[in-house]
Amino acid sequence: MAALLAWAYSGLPAFGSFAGRYGQALARMTVPERGATSSVAVTTFDFRGLDTLGEEFILFAAAVGVMVLLRAQRRGEQVAAEPAGAHRPTARSRALRSVATALVAPVLVLGASVVAHGHLTPGGGFQGGVILMSAFVLVYAGGAHLRAERVRPLSAMELAEGLGAGGFALIGIGGLALAGSFLENFLGPGQKGSLLSGGDVPLLNAAVGLEVMGALLVVLGELLDQRFLVRRGRR
Amino acid sequence: MTAVQAVALLAVAALGTGVVLVRDPARQALASSVFGLALAVLFLAFQAPDVALSQIVVGAVALPAMILLTIRKVARARSAGETEARR
Repeated sequence: MAALLAWAYSGLPAFGSFAGRYGQALARMTVPERGATSSVAVTTFDFRGLDTLGEEFILFAAAVGVMVLLRAQRRGEQVAAEPAGAHRPTARSRALRSVATALVAPVLVLGASVVAHGHLTPGGGFQGGVILMSAFVLVYAGGAHLRAERVRPLSAMELAEGLGAGGFALIGIGGLALAGSFLENFLGPGQKGSLLSGGDVPLLNAAVGLEVMGALLVVLGELLDQRFLVRRGRR
Repeated sequence: MTAVQAVALLAVAALGTGVVLVRDPARQALASSVFGLALAVLFLAFQAPDVALSQIVVGAVALPAMILLTIRKVARARSAGETEARR
């Protein structure tokens, strides 16, 4: 088996030499035509935006599936929900809690920055969305719940997830309405290197970031029996 | 193949074997987190920074978190089932 693998590896072209023509055409076109400096982001959100739409909806469907399963299980009372004062993972370690609390704001800013610069530097909506999610997880690790007065934070996360997924599709329809085909870039390229360049790629990045953050937080909230995002004064 | 790439490949191979050899699921989750970091370094060494960033956030943050939470939930379900059976 290893011999077969070694024989296969020896037949591969050298690293960095790429023979496909579509890839070379893309590499030539991305910066001049779209004004964005990240070739990868323009490829995934502009030239191959339909694939990214499918990927985003995979995550959306997975989060909805987890939500349905875990809520039905809890409603069937086969597993009692976690009691409100349950043992926290970092309950005994003050150092961990301090570090976690101190890191929440920097991680939030980092996540927002990665999402906003998706068309300029490596990163983008998906990576930034997961970083934003981890900021909320740090709140939990710091020993606090996420509470709100008027709205249930879990519902807010579901709303974020839906807005992100729907937003991506709506921007695609905007491309259909304003430029002739679904997900076609309908905004101008803008000044190369600025935050508002690349057409609708920053908008799509923001939608994906919102959706990824919402989906992952919904899944985590369900796995923690909805103790993670609570409404003030209620269970 | 530069030195950094070779070292990254070797680290990935060693850590991958290490993840498989760890038996306890909770510890395996943390081992796979370190493995995810090594993979991210490998991708970076092979000039794929977007993939490296995705690998860091998924393999080192999201995946171990999901695994640990699921283990916890299953353990609680099992203990709740046992107390039911005993009653």
